[in-house]
Amino acid sequence: MAGNTSTLHGRAAKAVAGKSGPHGSNTPLRYLLIGIALAFLLLFLFMPLASIFAEAFRKGAGAYFESFDDPAAIHAIKLTLIVAAISVPLNAVFGLAGSWAIAKYEFKGKSFLTTLIDLPFAVSPVIAGLIYILMFGAHGWFGPWLNQHDIQIVFAVPGIVLATLFVTFPFVARELIPVMQAQGNDEEYAALTLGASGWQTFRLVTLPNVKWPLFYGVILCNARAMGEFGAVSVVSGHIREMTNTMPLHVEILYNEYNFVAAFATASALALVALFTLALKSFIEWRAASAQKFREGERLPDNTPLHQTS
Amino acid sequence: MTQHATATAPKTPRRSKKRGSVLPGFTPTMGFTIAYLSLIVLIPLSTVFLKTAGMSWAEFVEAGFSTRVLAAYKLTFGTAFLAALVNAVFGLLLAWVLVRYRFPGRRLIDGMVDLPFALPTAVAGIALTAIYSRNGWMGSWLEDLGIKVAYTPIGITIALIFIGLPFVVRTLQPVIEEIDVELEEAAATLGAGRWTIFRKVLFPTFFPALLTGFALAFARGIGEYGSVVFISGNMPMRTEIAPLLIVTKLEQYDYMGATAIALVMLVISFFLLLAINLLQRWSSQRIGHS
Amino acid sequence: MSITAKNISKHFGATLALDNVSLDVTDGHLVALVGPSGSGKTTLLRILAGLENADRDSGSIHFHDEEVTHASVRDRRVGMVFQHYALFRHMTVAKNIAFGLRVRRRSERPSKAEIDQRVEELLGLVQLEGYGNRLPGQLSGGQRQRVALARALAVQPRILLLDEPFGALDAKVRKDLRRWLRQFHEQIGLTTVFVTHDQEEALELADEVVVMRNAAIEQVGSPQEVFDYPESPFVIEFMGNVNQVTHGLHNLPVQGEDALYVRPHDIEILDAKAEPTGIEARVQHIFSAGSVGRVSLARTSTNEIFEAEVPRSELDRLALQPGQTVGLRFRHIRLFKKDAAGKQSLVETDAAEAIGAGK
Repeated sequence: MAGNTSTLHGRAAKAVAGKSGPHGSNTPLRYLLIGIALAFLLLFLFMPLASIFAEAFRKGAGAYFESFDDPAAIHAIKLTLIVAAISVPLNAVFGLAGSWAIAKYEFKGKSFLTTLIDLPFAVSPVIAGLIYILMFGAHGWFGPWLNQHDIQIVFAVPGIVLATLFVTFPFVARELIPVMQAQGNDEEYAALTLGASGWQTFRLVTLPNVKWPLFYGVILCNARAMGEFGAVSVVSGHIREMTNTMPLHVEILYNEYNFVAAFATASALALVALFTLALKSFIEWRAASAQKFREGERLPDNTPLHQTS
Repeated sequence: MTQHATATAPKTPRRSKKRGSVLPGFTPTMGFTIAYLSLIVLIPLSTVFLKTAGMSWAEFVEAGFSTRVLAAYKLTFGTAFLAALVNAVFGLLLAWVLVRYRFPGRRLIDGMVDLPFALPTAVAGIALTAIYSRNGWMGSWLEDLGIKVAYTPIGITIALIFIGLPFVVRTLQPVIEEIDVELEEAAATLGAGRWTIFRKVLFPTFFPALLTGFALAFARGIGEYGSVVFISGNMPMRTEIAPLLIVTKLEQYDYMGATAIALVMLVISFFLLLAINLLQRWSSQRIGHS
Repeated sequence: MSITAKNISKHFGATLALDNVSLDVTDGHLVALVGPSGSGKTTLLRILAGLENADRDSGSIHFHDEEVTHASVRDRRVGMVFQHYALFRHMTVAKNIAFGLRVRRRSERPSKAEIDQRVEELLGLVQLEGYGNRLPGQLSGGQRQRVALARALAVQPRILLLDEPFGALDAKVRKDLRRWLRQFHEQIGLTTVFVTHDQEEALELADEVVVMRNAAIEQVGSPQEVFDYPESPFVIEFMGNVNQVTHGLHNLPVQGEDALYVRPHDIEILDAKAEPTGIEARVQHIFSAGSVGRVSLARTSTNEIFEAEVPRSELDRLALQPGQTVGLRFRHIRLFKKDAAGKQSLVETDAAEAIGAGK
């Protein structure tokens, strides 16, 4: 359910429709409301963010950078990147296929299917991990068979990838479905009448039209894939230099009272999050201005038509 | 040019399978969607139900509703509810301020509201713990007042407030943007005071969205794990949330116990998802588009 | 290229959108499909384009003598202009027009230079020279419409199909473009079918008008035929303003489901100074701010309201006053009688003098 109403589609459309300019008088009430809002944000948003960096640099920059000079840390970074590199493209491909099937055709059970796609957002990350243990764990459905064939899924990288796939499953699809639905099929139909094949239509017409929401979904998916803790924690087994992703590494360091290293690793993840937010704002701005450009002013009909006879 | 258009004997209506079927690619994309959805989501989720189906009723009740588990549910739902309530109040305020007022840094703050979505939960968890532990920025100060936050239900609630905030703000923002300023002006010309306008004109307009945001924050809160485990202290019967109990049971190889709790949580999540879907439909009807 | 559609039916779910419709379009003609919304006109157009499939057991479609009933959209080679143009929003005007050529298989694809040249020609044809590098969003509605037309023509289609070509335009632009399209059609001579809900557009533009109603074709004919010899009450009511004479006339009584009509311009207001003769009516309102004067009249004996259209010069001469009683003469009336098969057909088109007298 993350970002249920904060899809790019909604945000960009609102940016166009949104009211501009200040209104209402400069009443004390207004300043009071702004003041309370800012105080709340300071307390609940900015203070935690600042504390990550403050704790990380508590013993100076030297200690900070030393934290990354540890084979376990380097391995955790590598594993995190690998997991994201596998799960993000897979979910992006699914997102494209799923949104095409759902947005471009009419069929029964469409809204049910859309709800099913959102399902992982409603499931606790811990349960997302649990289900793969029940499937592939030693006592799971496929446990004995996997054991016989010496295949390790749970407490190994494949399990981490699967759990990550589950929790990041809806991100791309839910960005693309409303956009594709809003754009309708006319451009695709036009391409077909002009002789384009289905694949050409998708590649030349549909894909360029959804590139920003696709990118938006991908960066959100990536942020979650790199930061997922609960689900991955359950399936990883916490084996150092084997199945520890960065968030798990943070946990281990923290539990060992190695606070500087824990917060240093956490700060790297926080930077990824901040970078994601910056990109996200940039895309929203791009999409809004593109939309304004497309739908905003329509130029007057100023080219005269010559009646040739 | 000739034409003929006489009505012939009525034919049995046949359902055309799907509109726009001339657009190629339905079968492969739908096939892939269903297959991928089944492999990653549906089949794995079904394990919870099948595993529980293998238990006797007594076993299920014992595993899913023992005193320790009941305490965990109570804590989980109580803190999630409280956090969602706090978010409903401050999220509404924040959404209102962000939509209606212009002030320096507004765009930055608007972007930062999504931080809890983007920040890994474990990172949020240790950061909040650092702030609220005995020698943290807030903790040391609150300690003097005799309030203990870290390792208490208050700490859990604070973590869930952090996690749930964007849900309320992002649900309300578009609805507040939709409200016509003329509506308020009209009410004002009719002699309504500020409080009356808020209560009688504005609040009913965004109430469905507020409820949706509340439900989303609540749903997220009951499943939350990463940001809570660090600040909660994890004491059985006192600060042990249900997701943590699942992990604990798994670590003790008590698969049945873990699965029973998971089933209860899943069923509640599904109902919440259903309720949220209905709420969103209601909300979008309210603001006048589907 | 001629088009022959035979016995086409189409259901959407349980809704019947086309009921056994047949249509012939002569090579080189400009044909209008006109009817109210939901009459099936757009569905018929989309079936011709191949964008919808007709019901499986329904009839056939031929372009000239080639059967295309089951041909894919790609293979039909029709030019289609969509109601909202469906321009590729991320491509420039030139790229839009070149699209159909660029997606061809390598063996059939013209060289880049040839494509550029063709695009320039087409931009000239639709009078948009110099607009090649714009994006669709930077164009006005009328310009987008012409880009869509150029794009459709680039692939040298066998027939041209236009869905509500002027529907999304301002009134002024619509008139200009309508006239331009008529000339354009004469210039390129491509068999063209367009859909419209505007009878005026259909009458002004088309060689032949196909009036549709309730998933079926009601009448086909030249604009003159359809306007002057409507075959059903629906057609007379849909194609232009008309007064229904519900109470009949003394020498032409209306019985049962008979329907009697008179067009506003066929009502003559007799000189009021003389003794009132003809059908007696009271002047209610006079609208003289227009190219023709309109007078609303209440028939004395029945209180039926008639709308008459009178030339301005005639209106000045009559010097009517509201409340004044005048005599009316109907130059042409149309009477539809229900026949044995239950079909209402035209039995009388010109009752002229006979109806003059009486109240």
